[in-house]
Amino acid sequence: MSESIILSVNGMQYPVTIDQGRNLLSVIRGEVGLTGTKEGCDDCECGACMVLLDGQPVNSCSYLALQAQGREITTVEGVLNGDAMHPLQRNLLEAGGVQCGFCTPGMIMSATALLQRTPAPTEEEVRVGLSGNLCRCTGYTKIVEAVQRTAAELQGS
Amino acid sequence: MSFTIARTVEDALAAIAAGARPIAGGTDLVVGARHGKAALPADLVAIDRIAGLDDITAGSAGLTLGANASHHAIEHHPVVAGSYSALADGSALVGSPATRHVGTIGGNVMNASPAMDTGAGLVVLGAEVELRSLHGTRRVPISELWSGPGRTIAQPEELCVAVHLPQPAANSGSAYLRLEYRRAMEIAVVGAAANVTLAADGTVAAVQVALSAVGPTIVSVMGLDTLVGSSVADAAEAAAAAASAQATPISDVRASDRYRRHTVGVMARRAVETAARRAAGETIAIPVNRTLGIGAAS
Repeated sequence: MSESIILSVNGMQYPVTIDQGRNLLSVIRGEVGLTGTKEGCDDCECGACMVLLDGQPVNSCSYLALQAQGREITTVEGVLNGDAMHPLQRNLLEAGGVQCGFCTPGMIMSATALLQRTPAPTEEEVRVGLSGNLCRCTGYTKIVEAVQRTAAELQGS
Repeated sequence: MSFTIARTVEDALAAIAAGARPIAGGTDLVVGARHGKAALPADLVAIDRIAGLDDITAGSAGLTLGANASHHAIEHHPVVAGSYSALADGSALVGSPATRHVGTIGGNVMNASPAMDTGAGLVVLGAEVELRSLHGTRRVPISELWSGPGRTIAQPEELCVAVHLPQPAANSGSAYLRLEYRRAMEIAVVGAAANVTLAADGTVAAVQVALSAVGPTIVSVMGLDTLVGSSVADAAEAAAAAASAQATPISDVRASDRYRRHTVGVMARRAVETAARRAAGETIAIPVNRTLGIGAAS
């Protein structure tokens, strides 16, 4: 049975009609039309589908879309400063934290949640904060560097 | 098929009595449904917006965790970390930051996985689960809650609304640790929790040990009463032997039964040692696994 609800994504209201069993990821990509959020394992393991729900990280592949009504969803498209890249995005590129790029949106969302909670994280705190995000290319070192560089920038500004 | 959002426990109980299944974070239910383990229930009632059901209340009588308290909240609650350390050690190891934000203690307990990371700690800390239905409320000692993998003695119309823990004894400390092959998104290969009370002379006044992932449910290690009066080192060795002897592990993709039987003893010994250090007043950061460098190297 379908239900009509309104999802709030990156500050915009999207009316959607969806089946009860639909996961949030498929609705964000298929109905809302924002494809920055990726489907990796579809099993709550890899973190490619990470979005923020009221500011907290959630694996959208394993979260019912109906449960997100009335909450603010933030996807990677929502972290841009207008047309400018978020410092996390720029630092990931500059530090070499992006290779194939498939994990990057999820990494950015986990790192965003981490930096909101812990503005000056230690390396260990960054690694714990990103522990739900798999990257098969970089070996993580450059990603951790990029997050720490961003933290220092945001602290300094 | 229906999906309703409950605003009060009474709303939720009425929906459950009418056949709906409760969903909080959905970390077990939704993933399980996609695995084909169990189809997503046709009728769901979301309990994650019930005001106050995520409260963590610490007082002189002990600690009450609302069923919706998240692993993240438990891990970072100063009273839980300080006085109920084995529980905080467990919650801090669950899944990833995302899992810990949406995963709840009520869901974890009622999912009844024998490999759950909070279960052994709750057992050694003497937790009780509060089950409520339209007909009333009852409290069940947590070691009597689980009847098998994924099974509890709760009736279909009952909802877990809280987990209660008594005030810990003076000069006591607790710890939970697990064997793991990697540091992220891991499930316990085996795990052990201990709660140790020390006498004034530094000998053991009381010790409880419970084990995860070595039986159909969390295993309470029996026969440790005889260790009262022994040194911490002797108690740790005896607890290790008892843990290995009483474990009934299976072989699966994660480990063989023999390996599990051996390593659960090692985990039990280290849990007793760590709990005793905390009982003596030492601060050992949550989770013990990271602080002691157990499992995969960083």
